[in-house]
Amino acid sequence: MEREFALRSPISRRRFFGTAGVTTLALASPPAFADATAQTSSLPTVNVRLTVNARQLALDLDPRTTLLDALREHLGLTGTKKGCDQGQCGACTVIVNGQRINSCLTLAVMHAGDEITTIEGLVEDGDLHPMQAAFVRHDGLQCGYCTPGQICSAVALLAEHKAGWPSHVTADVATRPALTDAEIAERMSGNICRCSAYPNIVAAIRDVNEGGRA
Amino acid sequence: MAESKRADVIGLPLDRIDGRLKVTGRATYAFEYATQGSVAYGVIVSAAIGKGRILRIDTRDAQHAPRVLLVLTKDNAPPQTPWGPVDLPDRFARAEPALDTDEVLYFGFPVAFVVAETFEQATAAAAMVRIQYDPMPGDYDLHAAGPSAENPGRIDGNGPADSAVGDFESAFASAPVQIDAHYTTPHQHQAPMEPHATMAAWEGEMLTVHTSAQLTTSPQEGLARTFNTPKENVRIITRYVGGGFGSKLPYYVDATLAAIGARTLGRPVKVAMTRPQVFYTTTHRTASEQHVRLGADRDGRLTAYGQEALVHCARFDLFTEPVCDAARRLYAAPNRLTRHRRAKLDLPRSDSMRAPGEAIGLLGLECAMDELAEALDLDPVELRLRNDTSSDPEQDRPFASRHLAEALREGAARFGWNKRVAKPASVRDRRWLVGLGVASAIRGDILQSATARARLENDGKITIELAMTDIGTGSYTILTQIAADTMELPVDRVTVRLGDTRFPPTAGSGGSFGAATSGSAVLAACRKLKAGLASGMTESLGSVTPADLDEAYSHAGFGAHFAEVCVDRDTGEVRVRRMLGVFAAGRILNAKTARSQMIGGMTWGIGSALLEENHVDSRFGSFINQDLANYHVAVNADVGAMEVVFLDEADPHGGPLGSKGVGELGICGAGAAIMNAIHNATGARIRDFPATPDKLLATLETLDP
Repeated sequence: MEREFALRSPISRRRFFGTAGVTTLALASPPAFADATAQTSSLPTVNVRLTVNARQLALDLDPRTTLLDALREHLGLTGTKKGCDQGQCGACTVIVNGQRINSCLTLAVMHAGDEITTIEGLVEDGDLHPMQAAFVRHDGLQCGYCTPGQICSAVALLAEHKAGWPSHVTADVATRPALTDAEIAERMSGNICRCSAYPNIVAAIRDVNEGGRA
Repeated sequence: MAESKRADVIGLPLDRIDGRLKVTGRATYAFEYATQGSVAYGVIVSAAIGKGRILRIDTRDAQHAPRVLLVLTKDNAPPQTPWGPVDLPDRFARAEPALDTDEVLYFGFPVAFVVAETFEQATAAAAMVRIQYDPMPGDYDLHAAGPSAENPGRIDGNGPADSAVGDFESAFASAPVQIDAHYTTPHQHQAPMEPHATMAAWEGEMLTVHTSAQLTTSPQEGLARTFNTPKENVRIITRYVGGGFGSKLPYYVDATLAAIGARTLGRPVKVAMTRPQVFYTTTHRTASEQHVRLGADRDGRLTAYGQEALVHCARFDLFTEPVCDAARRLYAAPNRLTRHRRAKLDLPRSDSMRAPGEAIGLLGLECAMDELAEALDLDPVELRLRNDTSSDPEQDRPFASRHLAEALREGAARFGWNKRVAKPASVRDRRWLVGLGVASAIRGDILQSATARARLENDGKITIELAMTDIGTGSYTILTQIAADTMELPVDRVTVRLGDTRFPPTAGSGGSFGAATSGSAVLAACRKLKAGLASGMTESLGSVTPADLDEAYSHAGFGAHFAEVCVDRDTGEVRVRRMLGVFAAGRILNAKTARSQMIGGMTWGIGSALLEENHVDSRFGSFINQDLANYHVAVNADVGAMEVVFLDEADPHGGPLGSKGVGELGICGAGAAIMNAIHNATGARIRDFPATPDKLLATLETLDP
C-alpha cells in the first residue's frame, strides 16, 4: 500500500508524491526540516573581494567556505577539482599571487584582495597556455580529474625554479639547480595522479621549460 | 585520397580527443552540473562502529541547524527494495537502498543523510546527528577467519573455485626441486581522484542522475530496482569520470540518497563522498593469503604447479577475487592445482580493483617462479621460457595468440638483462644495492555486449552514440579513430557521444573489455552505415556480443615486466630506477593512449610492491588508513624511467577489431618484477607485500658494510 504525505519544505509546500505513479518514494514519516525563516536573518556572511582570473569579484560567503568551494560552488569555476578536501592530493591547486596552493586548505575570506589564477584563467584569447598544450601533446592526463591542479602546479613550479628555489632533491641548495627530471618529479609530488601519467607530466613540463612548441 | 587506405587511422598516436576540455577544466564531472542556489547539498553520515545495531538517532540539533532542508535516517527513510538480490547475474544492477535498516554492517555504513542549502551547512549539521549504537563483536581479520573459510563454488568471472589436473600432491612430493612458499597481500584501495558523486533531479516520474560511474545500464537498472520504477524512468549521465579502477563498477548510496533527497525536496540534490568515505563506503580489493607450491625437474620444467588463495568478501556478499586465474593459463605443467577459499568478514564489500585476480595472484606466483629459478640456478627468463605453452593448459584449446616468449626475449634484450648478476647483493652503487627483476604478465581477454549508433548528419559529419564511458582510458579517442577509419573520413568529422543511457546500451568500462567491446559495436555500426549510404541510409545500429570472440580459442594478453631497483643500504628505502614492459596485446588502437594505460598499470605495480596497504583496526573494524596521506599511492617522485613496448601482434582469432584489453595488463606481474629485483639487490625474500623498509632491515644488517 502506498502512503502519501504532504511534505513541507522551506522552498514550497507542494505535494511531491502522487498515488498514481509507480514510484513509491514516500517517506515513512514526515521529513525533518528546520524553520527556514527564523534562521535566515541570523546567518552570518562575509563580503569578500577577490580577483579571479583578472576579474574583480565580490562575494557574500559563509565564512566557512573554502577558496575551493568559493570557486566551484559560487563562481562556477569547476575546473579546480575537489579530490580529498584535506590537502593531500593537489587536485585543487590554484595560483594565488603567483604561488601555488591547495585551495581546499584555505578559507576564501583569507584572500581578500588576492589575485587568484585557476585553470580557466590560463587560456588567453582562446589559446591554450603552453603548459596546457604540452599536457595534451604528451598525454599528461587520463581521467583528467587531477589535471587542472597538475597544470597550475606545473606553471607555478617553473616560476619557483626560475626564482632559484631548491627542492628536496637539490644536491646543493646554495646553487641554482638545473631543472632535471628528478627535480620536476620531486616538485610535482604534491599532485597525485592515480591514473599515473607521471612520466608524461614530467615530459610536458620539461618540454615547456626548454621552450617547446606552444 | 581514395587510393590511400585509411585503415591507418586506427593505431595512430593521436592526441586525446577530450584532452583540450580536460586541460582547460571544461570537462564536466558529475558534481559540476549545478552551483549553489540551484541545487541542495547532501552529506552522508557514516557509522562509527564496525558491527551492531542503531539504538537511537537524535536528529534534533541537525534538524534545527541553519538552512537544513532534510535529515533522513532509518526512522523516516522511504520504503525501498531490499539490497540485492545477492545472486543477480549483473551484481552491479542490484538494488542499493539507503537507511533501510537499523543494522550496521561495517564501519562507515551509511546511517543518516543531511541536506541543506549549502555544503557548509550540510556538513556542519551532519556532525550534529547523534547516534547511539549497540555494538557487537565482528570478524575483521582474514587470517583469523581462515579456518572458517568456505569453498565459494565459483570465482569472479564465473570460473570454478577449484581446478585440478593430474596428481599434484604426488608429483610435488616427488619433484627434485621444490618451492613451498606463503605470500600475503594487504587490502588495497582503488582511490580514484574523483570521489564518488551524484547529482539527481526528478521531472515527474523521470529521474535524471549525473553520477561518476564506469557503467551506465547497470546503475540505471539498479536504481530502477531500488525505487521499484521502470528503468525507462531512470536516466544515467556520466560524460567524464575521474577514474574508477573498479570502484565505480557498482553504484552506491550517494546515488540512492541524492535521488531520495531530490524527490523529497522537489529540487536537485547533489552528494559527493568525502575522501574517507571513498575508503570505507565503496569497495576495496581483498587482502589475500596465497600458498604457492612449485615442483620442477632439474631442467626447470614444472612437474607440479599449485596455487591456493584465501580471500574475503563482505558478510552479506558473494564476491571472490579470482586470485589463481592467472596461474591456470600462464605455464604448462602436467600436474596442477588451484583452489580459492573465501572467508566472510564484517568489512565493506570487496570487489574489483584493476585486474582483479591477476594483479595479486601474480605477485605470489611470479615471486615463487623467481624462487624456483634461484633454487635451480637457472636464469628467471629462461625458466619462464621453458614452461611456455601454446595451448591453454587447463582447457582443451589453443590460445588465439600468445607471445609471452617473444615479450620475454625482446624485453631481456632491450633491458640489458644479460648484465644481471644472479648472486643477490652483488651490485653496489654508493650507498645503494642494485638489482634486476623480471615477471610475466597475463590478463584474460573477453568481449561483452554493446550496441552503437552511427548517424550521418546534414553537414556530412558522422555522429557516434553509445552508452559507453571514458574513465580516462581514451574511449572518446579510440572510438573516434575507429569511426573515422571505417567511414574513411578525417577524425575531425566524427563526433563521439558517450555516457548517457539515452544512447544504445553497452557493458561500459571494466575488465579491460571496454575498448574491444564498444569499438566493435562502433565498427559494426559504421560498416553498416557506409554500406547503406548509396541507398540513402543515414543512421545505423551495430552490435557485438560475447559470442563474437571465437570460443574455440583461449583469449588473453601477455607481456613481460623488467625492473631495476636500488635499495638504500642503511634505511631499506627502495627506489625503482627503471621499468620496461613489453606487451603483446593484439592490435593497438591508439599508440599514445595505450602506452599511457600501460604506464599507469606498471606504476600500480610500484604501489603494490612498495606502498599500498591497508589494515583493519580490530577493535572497531575500521580501515586504519582513511586518506591519501596514510594510504600511499605512487606519486611522481616514486616513478623512475618507464619504457613501454608493444609487439606487433595480429590476433586473427580475436574479436572483430583484433584488439585486446590494455587497461589492466600493465599491472599484471609488475609488482612481482619489482619484488624480484629487490631480492636480486639484497637477498631478501619478502613474501608479505608491500616491501616497506622495516621488512628489509634484518637482511641489510647481515650484509657486509
